[in-house]
Amino acid sequence: MSATSDSIAPRTASARGIDLRPYLFGAGIGVVSWAAFAIAHEPLGITTALSRAAAPVASLFFGSDVVSQNPYWSPMPFAWDYGVLFLFGVVGGALASSLAAGTFRFELVPRFWRERFGGSPLKRVLGAFFGGAAMMFGARMAGGCTSGHGISGTLQLALSSWVFLISIFASGLIASRLVFGTAWKGGRR
Amino acid sequence: MSLILPLAMGFAFGALVNRARVTDCNVIEGQFCLCDFTMIKVMLPAMLVGGLGVLALVQAGDAHYYIKDANMLGVILGGAIFGVALVFYGYCPGTGLAAIGAGSVHALVGVVGMIAGAILYAFSYGWIKAHILDVWALGKVRLPALTGVPDLVWFAAVGVLAAAAFAWIERRSVES
Repeated sequence: MSATSDSIAPRTASARGIDLRPYLFGAGIGVVSWAAFAIAHEPLGITTALSRAAAPVASLFFGSDVVSQNPYWSPMPFAWDYGVLFLFGVVGGALASSLAAGTFRFELVPRFWRERFGGSPLKRVLGAFFGGAAMMFGARMAGGCTSGHGISGTLQLALSSWVFLISIFASGLIASRLVFGTAWKGGRR
Repeated sequence: MSLILPLAMGFAFGALVNRARVTDCNVIEGQFCLCDFTMIKVMLPAMLVGGLGVLALVQAGDAHYYIKDANMLGVILGGAIFGVALVFYGYCPGTGLAAIGAGSVHALVGVVGMIAGAILYAFSYGWIKAHILDVWALGKVRLPALTGVPDLVWFAAVGVLAAAAFAWIERRSVES
């Protein structure tokens, strides 16, 4: 099992062949967290802001009265504030980074999906849509995602966040085994 | 300032997750079949470096904690739903959003799905609050307060366990 090799990006490995980049970029996210707490006064997170950005979308379909009276949205109505603008920064940062590194490429059916479910774009669109929908539902029930709980919450040693992290890994490991079986190698055969 | 700061913070986060390769859904999927450990190699150093710095900032009075409620049933059940969804989508919310910037069209479809999921959740919120969130709700609890074990001991323990696990993972990947 090869854990680190990838043809997409050039490897900057240490002398012993260990790719240190995931650790270093991970530590970099930790440093960004310092600024999030000390300067922005809002920990890194995605789904709270994204669920607020869903409110104006819901207004289009169900009317603004339904949305403004909704008990989930009414304590935190939509605004172009820090959390929502942060989301646009995330897309921009990855765009600039992937263009600079030469890794930007359009992808509709990824390798892992193609090897298990075939190359049908419609199947992948349905899988991504309902996967995303269920993910957001679960994240809101838990109060955060892999960023808000998984990084920002665990680094504060919050009970809720450590329980969440253990729960998603237990569930994800079982789901991966059931969906892909044991022979599958993460789409990198 | 009010426009630059959030965009710059998001930009840094998006660029870092992209450079760490977790905007590649095959890498995320690899974590859950235990074929590729990049995801935890990113998350644990982020947690340790971030945690020690934030602890220092809090003790110096320059920051305070933002602890999420330990609604144990909601956290466990929500996490379980999230884990299954992660395997089908191939991203978590942050990496999916960043992957859009790296050209992933299906990541964008998933974010549209997330908007739909948020609307469904908001309309279900009354029932979920009463029957799930309010069950086994322990409040904004931190592990040091709950256990009496100090912050630095927690970080040291996680650090030692992570270092041992990473040493084992790297040795295995070099040998194979």
